[in-house]
Order: sequence, then structure tokens, then C-alpha cells
Amino acid sequence: MISFVIKRLAVAIPTLLLLIILSFVLMHAAPGGPFTQEREIPPEVLANLNAKYGLDEPLWRQITTYVTSIVTEFDFGPSFVYKDRTVNEIIAQGFPITLTYGILSFLVAVTVGVTLGVVAAIRQNTWIDYFAVGIAIGAQVLPNFVMAPILVLVFTLWLGWLPGGGWQGPEYWILPVIALSTSFMASIARITRSSMLEVLTMNHIRTARAKGLPERRIILRHALKPAMLPVISYLGPAFVAMITGSVVVDVYFSTGGIGKAFVDAALNRDYAVMMGVTILLGALTILFNLIVDLAYAWIDPKIRY
Amino acid sequence: MSLISDDTAAAAVPQKGRSPWADARRRFFRNKAAMLGLAILVFVTAFALFGNVLAQWSNEELDFMVMGQVAELGGPTLSNGHYFGTDDLGRDLYARTVQGTQISLAVGIIGALIAVIVGTTYGATAGYVGGRVDTLMMRFVDIFMAVPYMFILILLLVMYGRSIGMLFVGVGMISWMDMSRIVRGQTLSLKGREFVEAARATGVPAPVIIARHIIPNLLGVIAVYATLLVPLMILTESFISFLGLGVQEPLTSLGALISEGADTLNYGTTWQLAFPLLFFILTLFGFFFVGDGLRDALDPKDR
Amino acid sequence: MIILRTLAASALALSVAMPSMAADVPEGTKLAENQTFTYWVLDGIPSLDPQINTTTDGSDVLRNLFEGLYNEDAKGNLVPGVALEHSLSDDKLTYTFKLRDNAKWSNGDPVKAGDFVYSWRRLADPATASEYAWYMELMQVKNSKAVIAGDMEPSDLGVRAVDDTTLEVTIETPLPYFPQMLVHASTFPVHQGAVEAHGDQWTRPENMVGNGAYVLTDRAVGERLVMNKSDSYWDAENTVLTEITAQVVNNVNQGLTRYQAGELDYVEMPAGQYPRLAAEFPEQAKSVPRNCSYIYMMNLSDKGPEALKDPNVRKAISYGIDRDIIVDRVLQGGQKASYNWTHWATAGWERPEIEYAEWDQASRMQKAMELLNEAGYGPDNPIELKLQYNTDENHKKIAIAASQMLKPLGINLILDNYEWKVHLERLRNQDFDLARYAWCGDYNEPSTYLDLFASYSGHNNGKFLNEAYDAAVQAAKTADDPLPHYQDASRILADEMPIAPIYHYSLAFMLNPAIKGWPYENLGKNWYGKDMYRVAE
Repeated sequence: MISFVIKRLAVAIPTLLLLIILSFVLMHAAPGGPFTQEREIPPEVLANLNAKYGLDEPLWRQITTYVTSIVTEFDFGPSFVYKDRTVNEIIAQGFPITLTYGILSFLVAVTVGVTLGVVAAIRQNTWIDYFAVGIAIGAQVLPNFVMAPILVLVFTLWLGWLPGGGWQGPEYWILPVIALSTSFMASIARITRSSMLEVLTMNHIRTARAKGLPERRIILRHALKPAMLPVISYLGPAFVAMITGSVVVDVYFSTGGIGKAFVDAALNRDYAVMMGVTILLGALTILFNLIVDLAYAWIDPKIRY
Repeated sequence: MSLISDDTAAAAVPQKGRSPWADARRRFFRNKAAMLGLAILVFVTAFALFGNVLAQWSNEELDFMVMGQVAELGGPTLSNGHYFGTDDLGRDLYARTVQGTQISLAVGIIGALIAVIVGTTYGATAGYVGGRVDTLMMRFVDIFMAVPYMFILILLLVMYGRSIGMLFVGVGMISWMDMSRIVRGQTLSLKGREFVEAARATGVPAPVIIARHIIPNLLGVIAVYATLLVPLMILTESFISFLGLGVQEPLTSLGALISEGADTLNYGTTWQLAFPLLFFILTLFGFFFVGDGLRDALDPKDR
Repeated sequence: MIILRTLAASALALSVAMPSMAADVPEGTKLAENQTFTYWVLDGIPSLDPQINTTTDGSDVLRNLFEGLYNEDAKGNLVPGVALEHSLSDDKLTYTFKLRDNAKWSNGDPVKAGDFVYSWRRLADPATASEYAWYMELMQVKNSKAVIAGDMEPSDLGVRAVDDTTLEVTIETPLPYFPQMLVHASTFPVHQGAVEAHGDQWTRPENMVGNGAYVLTDRAVGERLVMNKSDSYWDAENTVLTEITAQVVNNVNQGLTRYQAGELDYVEMPAGQYPRLAAEFPEQAKSVPRNCSYIYMMNLSDKGPEALKDPNVRKAISYGIDRDIIVDRVLQGGQKASYNWTHWATAGWERPEIEYAEWDQASRMQKAMELLNEAGYGPDNPIELKLQYNTDENHKKIAIAASQMLKPLGINLILDNYEWKVHLERLRNQDFDLARYAWCGDYNEPSTYLDLFASYSGHNNGKFLNEAYDAAVQAAKTADDPLPHYQDASRILADEMPIAPIYHYSLAFMLNPAIKGWPYENLGKNWYGKDMYRVAE
């Protein structure tokens, strides 16, 4: 187990290196730089700008300098656009926000999704099942950029219950979390339902039933755990999709998370922020996939690493 | 899993009576949801291909009678030929929905095809060759898996301009890795089978074995996966369109139409969201239902 | 969006003694308990350093956090800021500003003439690497060109402190609108101690020292920015609003929804919504002229398409675009159709007679067809041209409309959409056929527009080279009455048609009726929180 974890973490290093090189090359080959503006910048000023951000060095030098300062000082450099902020600070400001609504959405998606799926499976082919499946399918195909404006329209403008954006306290979390979690909730519900149905036909469940154990106990103690396997393997891709969805949340709810920070950075050629966010997300993806694998191994004792 | 189709396999593996393909077909056609999905897909495809026959406007003409008063005059009506109403500029939404459906379907299908072709080739090769090559190739997949592709795609589209080609490649690029993993796993289990060993013993070169014996036996898995991939590609495209990085005007996609419609929701032009969204949802439903049906049919134990 | 610089004033007055300005609350007004103002911004504000800032949103904030030599009133007239008055030498090259002695930094230090000297040198100093260093050149401050290029020391810049309350500026050529240029945020003073102690970090809320009516209290990049009333400001007792918040909403439609939900006091309107909102909320929906002009620039350089080298083709393109449809049916926000370059509301400007402006669209189309046939083109021999625009909903709509309008003439426009930075790069490299372009006046005078198409201009990306035009623009600089020369230049533009004018901007917005003191008549939209107040509802 430990050697598995170490091996997986070792893969992280070349991955992140690849990411850095890929992004560097992509960014520097692109037309338009961070200082492209309408009026020609005097060469002297441009030279100073380039020197300040190390853009006058050859590409390989820039990459090595960049990697060195990350490794030795965990310093991602200054932002090219937000002049009084470092990339570390921009991430430190936006990431906790993204993380907050991300984790909340995740919890909502998993708890509601699993509950819905289990209930639907137990009451297969009743109206409860149809209702749950209907909701799940509907939610899965409604893009979150359609959901977000509808939520604001209904809950902010018409009902006036919740703020339509910003990030000042828990009441500001609700709409972003609904917008982000719904489609994952739906997918999880569908996966749980079909996996639960399969588990319920297995021998150990039949045995348990034959022994006359109460149904609630059968479901919770014996069926739920094995039924979770496909759900867990879905969490990896769901995580990546959630990061993507955070861009929509940031745009519609002006939460100030890192999703929007990235898109802005790309548009404004803020190389440093782009790199920082890309690396952060890459590292997170690796970490999360590792956790998923470990959870998988914990639930299914047959799997050995 | 035993989805065996070619003759060598039929000879090598004892079969009981009916071919598994016929079984699968029967199961598939008995699945009501899958049939509904298939009907929907036929309808949507027909709409995309022949919908223009009914259109009274092209997808780029401006209706100057409506332009500027879209909320009042641009609603869906038969009288002026705008069955689905018009967009903000007075362009016929029916024609645009037809054209958007074409692009969305194309992006979905071609994107899925790219993912399938790359993923299958890669996975089958890794699984078949095995050993150190396999480890290395799969290690690469591990590495690629951690790349936040959506972000790289955004980078590409922002910096190098938009083109349909970039979009196809971009969405395909996002999901070939999963495909390659699945295919590799299947290949590993097929490799030890008699018919493959026999082919190898008679000196058939590896690429031929992969193409002739391995891949045909994976078609079931590939079909299921590809069908479920299409709606994901369409969703991805819609996200890219939401960011404004999708297809170029005057072309459009369902995603672009929806994101425009969602923006103007509060201005009394609900049809601008409703019609494209309807076709978007229908398309996704169709593919999901058919994909699920295929999976149930081809792999009865996984339900 | 093109860089929208805000520097405008309605008169080129050299007036010296001016009345002060503050929130002008009429007797008997019932003020609201909470004196807050929350306004919408589309994107995060990159920098709060006056010498580094390049955006209009940034300037809006800086006008509240800092105070320059002069401010503008609600109509765009100059009113005293840190400077009370100035005098001008006989050769019109030396300005001497008398500063008030009660101006204070937010840490209690007095604001001195030396602070301006420090800040202006800082702006020009290549070590600061300001993208706005050229503003010193635009102001013609002596030696600015050499200082910016690094050939002279910043201390050689033509600005000096005679004593703590006397600032002397020397410029290179007479510049009648020089005082108006001092309203621009680039010229605001910064506190040397704060800048030197904290480096790039000095603009953070905990480090910032300002001299404006407000102090920065909170800033979450990409989310919001909060300013609170400063007690050390010299006119603090007349400042009514206590808290100003810039709220980022990345989607303009979403911004409007949230305005309607009462979360915002000010929001700009999405295109096409003005008529509806004006009918529904006449108290709140406003449209005012804005000092910017929208055109399609044509590429006349060697890299440009052959067809555009023919003035007849260029004219046909311009004639073929029905501007009335664009302003009345697409944008619908009070914009004005334009047949010339200079914004109609610019002070000292009057449009000369331009033939095609008077025709109806049918005659324009007919004429366009004749010109095209003469040039050997037409529906039988169509021209294919790329129309490049930067990503924006409105630019897209206008481009779509234009392409449909030109189609019957046999001019096929292919829409070519790029991100802003790429758009600029392609403009600068002449990698375009037709390109969307807009310009906002740096100051309120025709030359800010007309200088752009002189052969030596840094913005003449279509490479329109015309000696008669250069001569007309030059002649205006020294003439007692520059208008005839500006009109000459304008007529040359109409004859040669290197650009197709489309419309003159307006600004359509919603403002909470409880907010009073908004400067509706200020062409540059230079608003000051200290002049505003909130009445009880």
C-alpha cells in the first residue's frame, strides 16, 4: 500500500514538469503578449517590463528558473496583470473559495445522489423510482450555465430569498452549490441505482434476507458498501468536471474563485497566474485520483496494490 | 466478458447455440428506453439533415421586420415563417437550431471518434505488446490523466484563435485516455486466449493481430463507450461555447444558442432558450438511453 | 473593448479661480441612513497604482482614493483638487500651480508639491515600466520623451517644486487643453514613503496611503473592492457617501438581474435593452453621450487586399452599411449613426457637409453599386474580405448585420473573431482586411480623434498615408481657429474613406433613483463619490 502511494506520487513529478513545459511553450508561441497594448510601448519600457518578469531570458532558462523557485521557495512569481499580487496570493485568495463551494457541492452531490439512487433501487419500478430517475436524467442534461441564471432569476429576483452573487457568508454559498452539484448529483444517483440493483441480486444479500435480517440493516450493512464501487470510480472524472464547472459558477455568481482567475489570466496573457493555476489543478487531480484509488481499495478488499 | 465475433474465435471458444450478437440485438430491441432513445436520435438526425427543407429563412438572413423588436415581434409563429421565433438580431431560430444541431452532432460524433480511434489503438497496442512498453505507455496515460485538459483547451482556443478543427481535436483529446485504459484491460484478457495464441504461433505480425483479432473483439465495449462519449462531447462543446470560444459566426451550435438564450432569459424572449435547449436535451437523452441500452444488451451482468 | 481612457472636459477654459465642488445636497433633502453606493464592474481591477493603472474601471476607483491637481464637476468643468489655481507664462510653456495647504495624506502627512514631482517622475521613469509612461509625452512635459527612452534622468523632467505649495511644470509646445489633462489618474500623486516601504505591495489595503476622499478598506481581486470615507480628506465634512463598493459581475445580463434585485445601485445595460427599460423604469434608465467613436478600419498597406486599394471599393463598403439599423435596431442605446470620425458631442467640433450622410440608404446602395461596377466588382465578381473583431457580444452583432448588408453588393465579409490581445497584435502587424476599431477621446477636443490618422500616428494601423491630411491636422495645431482645418481633414477622410464610420458611442445605464449627484453631463463619465449622496426612499 505504502509503496503504491509512493509510486503514484512519483508519477506526479514528471506530470507536473510536463505540464509546466507544455504550458510554457504554448503560451510563448502564441500571438499577443502580456504587454501587448494599443499604443506602442517605448522599447526601453518594454525591455524593463520584460526584464522585470524574466521574459528576456531564453525559454529553457525561464523554465528552469521557474521550476527552481517553485521547488526551493514554493514561489510562483508575481502576477503580470495584478501588479501588487503574487500568484501565491491570487491562489490563496481564490482557492479557499473554490474549495469551499467545491467540497460542499461534492458532499451534496454524494449524499443526495446516493440517497436518491438507493431509494430508487429499493423501490424499483414504483413512482418513487420513476420520479428519482426522472429528476436525475433531467438534471444531468441541463448545463450549469443554464441553471445558474435561472437560479438567480428565481431565488434572487423573483423570491428575493438569496443573494445573486458575491462571497460574504454562508447565504452566498447556496446558489453556487446548487448550480455546481446538481448534474453530479444526478449522475451519482443513476450510478448508485444501477449498481444497487445489481448488488441486491447477489448471493450474500439473498442469504441475509433468508436469515430474516431487517431490510434497513441489509441495505446499510451489506449492500451499500459494495454498491459504492462504481460511484467511487466515477468521482475521479467528476472532480475534473467540477473544476471546469467552477468557471461557470465564478462567472455567474462573482464568487472570486480560481476558475475565473484562470480564464481571465488566459485572456490577459497573465502567464504566471495561468501556470500557477494549471499546476495547482494538475497536482490536485493527481492527489484526488490517489484518494479515489485508496478508497476503492478500502471498500473492495480484493484489490491489492 | 466474452464478445466474440470472428471465425477463429467461434472455432476456438465453444458456443452454445445462438451467436452472442444476436442475443445482444434481441435484448437491445426489447429495451424500451433504448428504443425510445433510438427513435429520438433518428428524429434529431433527420431534423439536422433535412430540417432546412421546411425552413423559410436561411440561418444568417436578418429579418428587418423583426429586428429591433424581437421581444414583441420575434416570437414563434407560423405567419412569418419563424416557427421557433428569431434570435436577438432577427435571424430565424428554426434555421439556426437546425444548423446548430448539425454542428453539435458533428462535434459529438467526430470528437468521440477521435477519442475512440486514438484510445483504442493506444490501449490495444499497450495491452498486446505488454511488458515494459505497456508499463511505460500506461505511465504516460497516468501522466496525461492529470493534465487539466479543459484548461489547456481554453489556452489553445484563446491564443491560437477558434476553428472547428481545433474544437474537434480538443474535445477528442480530453477523453481518449479512459478509452485506452478500458481497451488495454480487455486486450490483456484477450491476449491469453487460444485464437490469439494460435495466430501468434503461425507468425502473424503483431499489428495484424491487433487489427484482425483484438479490436473486433472489443467492438462491443467500444460501441458502448463511444455512444456514451458523444453526449459528453456535446456537453463539453456547449461549455466551450458558453465561454465564447466555440464555432464562429454565422455558424452556431446548440451550446452557443443555449448560452445566448440563457443570457436573455429575463427579457421576455424565452423561446431563444427553449427551442435550442429542447433539441440539446433530446440529443443527450437519445445518446444516454441508447448507450445504456447497448451496455445492458452487450454486457448483461453489468446492470 | 478598446482602451477607454477617461479624460474629458467640456471646455478648454484656462480659468484660474474656480469654485470648489462637493456633494451639493439641497436644503431639506432627507438623506438615507446608510450612505452606500454599490456599482457594477465587468472585471477585476488589475492595479490601484495611479502610475500603473491602464483601465477606466481602475481610474474610477483611483479618482476616489487619490486626488490630482484638478477634478471635474458634473458637467466636466475643471474644479480645484489639490491645486487651487494656476498661472501660465507668456510663452504659454510654464504652468505654475498653487496648491492648497490643507490637503492631507490618509496617514496625516501634508500633500506637498514634491509629491507630484515624485509621482510624475515615477510615471516617466523607465524603471517603473509603466504602460502609461507616454501620457507624460502626450502632456508635452519637457524632456519626457528622453526620460521615457532612458536617455535622460527622471530628475530632468520638466516638473519641479518651487516650495511645498507651488508646483511648476514646463511643457515643450503650447497646449491649450493641458489643464484638462490633469484630471487623468496617471497624474495623481502617490506617497513616496509608502511606495518605497512596500514596493509593488503598497497598493494593498493595509499599506496604501492616499489623498482622496476615500480609503481602500477591502479588495478581493475579481470579486469586489470596498472604499470607506476618509476622515483626513480636506473636505471630509462635506463628503456624504460613507462606503463605495465596486462589485464584479462578469456577465452584463447577470449584472442587470442583480441590479433589479436591489444588489447594485448602478449597472450598464446590455445592448438592445434600453428602449424596454426606459419605458418600464424611466426614472432609472439613462443614456448619455460618451466620448468614443466606432469604425471599421480598412487595411491600405501592402499586406492588405488589392480591392481595398481602390477608394471606390472603400466607399462602397462604407455606403453599404446601414448605420441607422445598427444604432436603432441592434444597439438601441442612444448611440448615433456616424458618417465621420470625430464624436458629435466633442467641444469645438462641427461636422462639415459630407454628401453621403445626407442621402437615404437606397441611394447609398445605388451609388455603392455604381462605384463597385466602376472598380470592376459586383455581385458577378464578388469581393471576399475578412472582418476582424475582438470578442464581444455587440461587436459580433454589428459584424453579422454589416455582413448581411454588404452581401447584396457582392462584398462577402467573413467574420474573424480574436481575443483582444491577438486582435491588437494583428492590427499592429497589418494582418487584417477590415477591422473593428474604436477610440475614446483622451480629452474633449477634435484633435484627439483626427490625429490618429496622420501618417506619423502610432495608431494608424490601416496605413492611410495622405499628405493633405497631415497638413490639415498640422495646420490646426497652430491656428487661431482650428475648426476649418479639422473639417478639411474630415472631408479628406470622407473622400478617401480609409475607415467606415459606424456610430458614436453613448452610455446606457441604470442608476438607483436614490443616488443623487451623478454627473450625467460629464462626457468622460468622470464621477467622484464625494459629490454624490443617497436620499431616503
